[in-house]
Amino acid sequence: MEMAYIIESIIKIVVILLVFSGLAGIGTYFERKVLAFMQRRLGPTNVGPFGLLQVAADGIKLFTKEDIIPAGVVSRIFKIAPVITAATAFMAAAAIPFLPSFTIFGYEVHPIVADINIGILYILGIMGVGLYGPLLGGMASANKYSLISAARGAAVFISYEVITGLSILAPIMMVGSLSLIDFNEYQSGGITSWILWSQPVAFVLFWIAAFAETGRTPFHLIANDHELIDGFGTEYSGMRWGLFFIGEYANMFFISFVMALVFLGGYGDGSFLGALGLLAKVAFFFFFFLWTRAAWPDVRPDQLMWLCWKVLMPIAVINVVITGIVMM
Amino acid sequence: MHNEHIDEHFSNRNIAEMHSDYYLVGIEDYPKTGWDKFKRVVQRSLKGELFVGLWVVLREMIRFDIHTIKYPEEKMPIGPRYRAVHEMKRLWESDAERCIGCGLCEKICISNCIRIDTRLDENSRKEVTEYSINLGRCIFCGYCAEVCPELAITHGSEYENASDQREHFLIFQDMLTPLDTMKAGAQREFEGFGAITPHEEERVKKTPLAY
Repeated sequence: MEMAYIIESIIKIVVILLVFSGLAGIGTYFERKVLAFMQRRLGPTNVGPFGLLQVAADGIKLFTKEDIIPAGVVSRIFKIAPVITAATAFMAAAAIPFLPSFTIFGYEVHPIVADINIGILYILGIMGVGLYGPLLGGMASANKYSLISAARGAAVFISYEVITGLSILAPIMMVGSLSLIDFNEYQSGGITSWILWSQPVAFVLFWIAAFAETGRTPFHLIANDHELIDGFGTEYSGMRWGLFFIGEYANMFFISFVMALVFLGGYGDGSFLGALGLLAKVAFFFFFFLWTRAAWPDVRPDQLMWLCWKVLMPIAVINVVITGIVMM
Repeated sequence: MHNEHIDEHFSNRNIAEMHSDYYLVGIEDYPKTGWDKFKRVVQRSLKGELFVGLWVVLREMIRFDIHTIKYPEEKMPIGPRYRAVHEMKRLWESDAERCIGCGLCEKICISNCIRIDTRLDENSRKEVTEYSINLGRCIFCGYCAEVCPELAITHGSEYENASDQREHFLIFQDMLTPLDTMKAGAQREFEGFGAITPHEEERVKKTPLAY
């Protein structure tokens, strides 16, 4: 029993690692294509059918590129920083149920690595630790743009993490649990039982914070190409930079899963259609990340902090208070 | 009189009054009080401009009106006066080279990239023995084509001239219209600098000296 559990967990971990590393690559393909179509371009077309093998070409390039550790960097921290980003992104996935449980060869599989009872707290905590990747990488790089990026990362992090925590507090109060599976069970009664309808404000706030969390375009501040070159990633090359990249895209997928599970009913009743629905919701959220990148301009760091502290945080607090009053 | 007009134009810089087509866009007064700032925030938040942006890019995606030119397979049409790699033309009547070896192109070339060498052949006619254009130096100004009295050296439309050697000379023979092209009557006349204008023949007949 104990041995079987360990083996099952290891298999799950490997599958999640492989699937989401691959999805990160395919995510870049979709990002290029979607952005290109929205800007009347074609995107990658030459490598493979519809340019699909561009992902493989990029992977080969990243893996075979020389790994440069520039002179003057704090070498150990510089080396470990990308690993922190990628590792924390995947660690956060441990508490996410990716699909409803299904039976294969007479063995019931729960597609969640660990259904811990503090799931959301764990996910938010691990994603918070993920800040150390950009922070340490930027500070160790001996490059002023990386340093600015790291400073911005820390400043922005405090702002959006407050919103994330406060906005998700109201749904947690309603469900009375921190496990994402409990969240899903709470909303298993169909579309009308989604938390989205009872907590629309929390949903919008969490969504906004998710953009800051993943560093996507309206809040693409810590690696803002036209201001900071590549921010914390400026001095990185080859697969170390690739790890930052995989971490960013994996984070986008995982936060999409969290949003779909917490607010949009997750996989519903656990049927096949419900599983498809979860994937569709995640796909929509992922598409929305790309969509906004094509449509919206970036805000300045001070604007983001103004938005988070002066607008979103009071709204989140009021939302929590009103939820509490209604529940009493 | 003329100067006065220019002076007036320069001293009066008020664009908005002189040309009524100009107008100032979206420069409102900055909000002074906190309440004004708050009103502006609410106004901007509820205006839904973000969704307008989202709709615009989604509309373009659905419309799928792609403007990309897949360059190596597709090429932009270039104008007939485009100044690309030079060509040497032949006479339509005799298929002989048009170049008479006058050396004007070498003289006028401002980047000194044309080298021409001539001699008298056995019939005491001038013959071009050496002719090369250093494309690494050439700035494609078009002076050589303009100065050529015989319309012999012109610009062609071949602009893809990448090379692994910086100084790949362009030799006379490479530029010269091949004889089989000439036989097929497929030599294309250049319409750019120095070329005769369309319907020139009619005008020449009427007033030869005005030409």
